[in-house]
Amino acid sequence: MPKITIREAISQALMEEMDRDPKVFIMGEEVGVWGGAYAVTKGFYDKYGAARIKDTPIAENAIIGGAIGAAMVGQRPVAELMTINFGFSAMDYIVNQAPKLHYMFGGQFTLPLVIRAVGGGGRQLGATHSQTPDAIFAHFPGLKVVSPGTPEDAKGLLKSAIRSNDPVLFLEHATMYQVRGEVPEGDFTIPIGKSKVQREGKDVTIVTYCKGLELSMKAAEDLSKEGIEVEVVDLRTLRPLDMEPVIESFKKTNRAVVVEEGWKSYGVGSEIVSRIYEEAFDYVDAPIIRVAQKEVPLPYNRTLEQAALPQVADIVAAVKEVLK
Amino acid sequence: MKKEQQIDLYHQMVLIRRLEERGAELYQQGKIGGFMHLYIGQEAVSTGLIAAREPRDRVITAYRDHGVALNCGIPANEIMAELLGKSTGMSKGKGGSMHMADTSKNMWGGHAIVGGHLPIASGFAIGDQYAGNDNITICMFGEGATNIGYFHEALNIAKTWGLRVLWVCENNQYGMGTTVERASAISEIHLKAEAYGMKNSRVDGMDVMKVYDAAKEALDYVRKNSQPYLLEITTYRFRGHSMGDPERYRKQEEVKKWEESDPIGIFRKQLIEKKTATAKALDEIDTQAEEEIVKAVEFAEASPEPAMEDLFKNIYADTE
Ligand SMILES: Cc1ncc(C[n+]2csc(CCOP(=O)(O)OP(=O)(O)O)c2C)c(N)n1
Ligand SMILES: [Mg+2]
Repeated sequence: MPKITIREAISQALMEEMDRDPKVFIMGEEVGVWGGAYAVTKGFYDKYGAARIKDTPIAENAIIGGAIGAAMVGQRPVAELMTINFGFSAMDYIVNQAPKLHYMFGGQFTLPLVIRAVGGGGRQLGATHSQTPDAIFAHFPGLKVVSPGTPEDAKGLLKSAIRSNDPVLFLEHATMYQVRGEVPEGDFTIPIGKSKVQREGKDVTIVTYCKGLELSMKAAEDLSKEGIEVEVVDLRTLRPLDMEPVIESFKKTNRAVVVEEGWKSYGVGSEIVSRIYEEAFDYVDAPIIRVAQKEVPLPYNRTLEQAALPQVADIVAAVKEVLK
Repeated sequence: MKKEQQIDLYHQMVLIRRLEERGAELYQQGKIGGFMHLYIGQEAVSTGLIAAREPRDRVITAYRDHGVALNCGIPANEIMAELLGKSTGMSKGKGGSMHMADTSKNMWGGHAIVGGHLPIASGFAIGDQYAGNDNITICMFGEGATNIGYFHEALNIAKTWGLRVLWVCENNQYGMGTTVERASAISEIHLKAEAYGMKNSRVDGMDVMKVYDAAKEALDYVRKNSQPYLLEITTYRFRGHSMGDPERYRKQEEVKKWEESDPIGIFRKQLIEKKTATAKALDEIDTQAEEEIVKAVEFAEASPEPAMEDLFKNIYADTE
């Protein structure tokens, strides 16, 4: 299998779906002539032209509201938010319209719409440009929230998202576009709403996704050298959430650490931990620990920013703690 | 305008240019991180504009804010320190390039959500109207920001409520890689004010004296009539949108063409032709500006990093 980057995987998924289905088009800021702020759609404008690669004004409501409308009348738009932080400017459309319209009108129309957005900290962009607000979007029934951590998942899940008849928020991470991994050749999809064991182990279960996966896999390597074998379960989709592989793993290890880049309070980890306690309380051998971002808006200064973000060492320490 | 003040404006413009050039070098060396947007080519805009304000007038702008910060009187030392993320920066190393504010200088920040600061500017004016003073809020933004809802909501309320805001659109022809024509239904941005019955005009932003005169007139109008005003200032950025912009969207000939109307070159010529200053005197100012920036870099590099406990400082104003 060829090894490609997450950037290439996403780019391939978009191209293949555009080639497969003429209803698919892309709209967003700087997706065309510029080639995408993160170079994901580089070359698309020359290949597909302005009608299918739409450079929009800086107008997030027009982008997301527009994509919702186009989807309602039968197209399959992929709307790009330059970053998820700018999604807050279109919050009403993302959480108050897209997830509701199909339901509220008794299923009369569908919203086959994808919102791609990059998020994450670690690039010294300051507090308003560095967020990992995944959890708040996952709060809303009616919206599907996907956030892959490997090239294979990025490609397969984005293809599923584009083929889905529901609105899907597809969250990428700004520091992961160069992450490489094997990706099957040819057309394939990965189902939305399926968690996956990315590494097997018997001692502790780490539950994570996206950036947390990258960090957790590194922590797992380090721990393995000390004879501790962790099992890493990658959620891949935050809503609908698939707890089965998590519970199965937990029943084997009886100990868990949950890793996410967003803030700890009211976060993804809060949900996962409660679900484990609800569904597998009898198997708990140690309090579950959450590794997450410190409860501060992210600062510009590099040292402070890194201190606020979860690190591999934090995961290693948490795993040792639950083993005590 | 008095001779000394004109020469001071020249000094400010050169200082901005040198600051930005050194900043770019430090960025390339990895000493500055994040997004950094240079003001090179646009110096006459904020220099002429800020010179026309009363000290009690508030200034708020977008992320392209280093020049505005200097014009408002924030020392180059602090600007450089903020760029390097040091504790001596005006935002204590927490804001970086895009977030420079010093309220004691009535500079209320660089703001990085496009258009997001426009309703806040209306809010300053609501506060000042409520307090019963005649302060003006000068709100600067790019032409790209006039296509987002924030702009329209802010202008509408400002006119409806008679708020003292001078809206200043810096039309540098591009929002990232998108030309005005590709993003805006009309490319004469000041005409957007017509929809709100708001007084408006357009001025050449490569000529600092023209900017100054237009700003003075607009500010007088706003103060006297207690009404907002939209001033469009046309300009051009000579560098990329931010550091690391591959600039695939424009031809180098176009940039070269605009560089012929370098605002610093134009003003220098005017000063010499009108015998306001000799070439030699201006050269000395150039050297002086260069030295100030060298010192600012030294200051910034020697400054301490923020302490680890600063991470948790200023999250809330209430300490208990
Ligand atoms: C709400 C929002 N959307 C998108 C962005 C990304 N972005 C930053 S600057 C910019 C271009 C702004 O252009 P303009 O307003 O003309 O200002 P200029 O950079 O030319 O000074 C864009 C799209 C953002 N910061 N905020
Ligand atoms: Mg612009």
